[in-house]
Amino acid sequence: MLDIYEFYDKMERNKIMLSFKGDITSELLTSILQIMESKLDNLQEEPKIKKKVYNVLVECLQNLYHHLDVDVNDESEKAKKYRSAIFMIGKIGTEYNIITGNYILNENVEPLRLKLNKINVMSKDELKEYYKEILNNDLFSEKGGGGLGMIDIARKSGQKLNFNFVGVDNQYSFFSLNIKIS
Amino acid sequence: METLLIEGSAKTPTIKFDAEQGVIEIKGRSIPENSIEFYKPLIDWLEKYSAKPKPSTTVNIQLEYFNTSSSKCILDVFKKLESINKGGESQVIINWHYEEDDEDMSEAGEDYQAIINVPFKMVMVEE
Repeated sequence: MLDIYEFYDKMERNKIMLSFKGDITSELLTSILQIMESKLDNLQEEPKIKKKVYNVLVECLQNLYHHLDVDVNDESEKAKKYRSAIFMIGKIGTEYNIITGNYILNENVEPLRLKLNKINVMSKDELKEYYKEILNNDLFSEKGGGGLGMIDIARKSGQKLNFNFVGVDNQYSFFSLNIKIS
Repeated sequence: METLLIEGSAKTPTIKFDAEQGVIEIKGRSIPENSIEFYKPLIDWLEKYSAKPKPSTTVNIQLEYFNTSSSKCILDVFKKLESINKGGESQVIINWHYEEDDEDMSEAGEDYQAIINVPFKMVMVEE
């Protein structure tokens, strides 16, 4: 039998406030954002931190929504599995941790790794210039994301993007992102 | 020309585009997944307005949150306004509101200010 206490204890030790695994829909994002907003209000978090956490949360969740490498109309069991994603937010001390994980096609791993590494070596001012450059280049990605999300997350969190790829099979890898805000 | 009114929601801002007054307002939060869809009627309205704008157009942007997909659409709105801002016969001013301690929102205003060529005023709002 699944040891639920082990699950609980792990989440408790990581001070997880909210977590979700499954299909990412627009309605789900609305609910998660509402829950998190009231949790941040209840914690009487200072407005500045609250806004940063909320902003980064929006971008992280919408990344999951926009960048799934699986056709949303494909109802096969395989498609359903690879469409599923995970999201967690926790707070240890004064630091918030936002963690996301989703499947990504193997062929998309290297381009994403390059993009994130490029962002990670940029200074605050370089990120600002890069953001303005992408903002002003008129191109929206086909998924409507705009390509600004990760740059914005790096700017607002003020920290390096902590990420990892795990090979799953000959088609997919699992991409995880851990953003810290303090 | 008809006033464009859209009531705000949990993910979209309140819109009031008033051609008679020459006042354009976007207030609240703009975090929809599909921003292009939301902003399309706004761009269409401005397109029509640009044919016969008021001598003076005031734009009030007062956003609590906006996502990156909205940020491109907001730039599109500003670019339309840029085409209306022709000096003597038709002037535009953008008032970018931000809360006192919201550095990110004030910086976002500066980013737009650097890109577009329209008089841009940063307005600090006390919480």
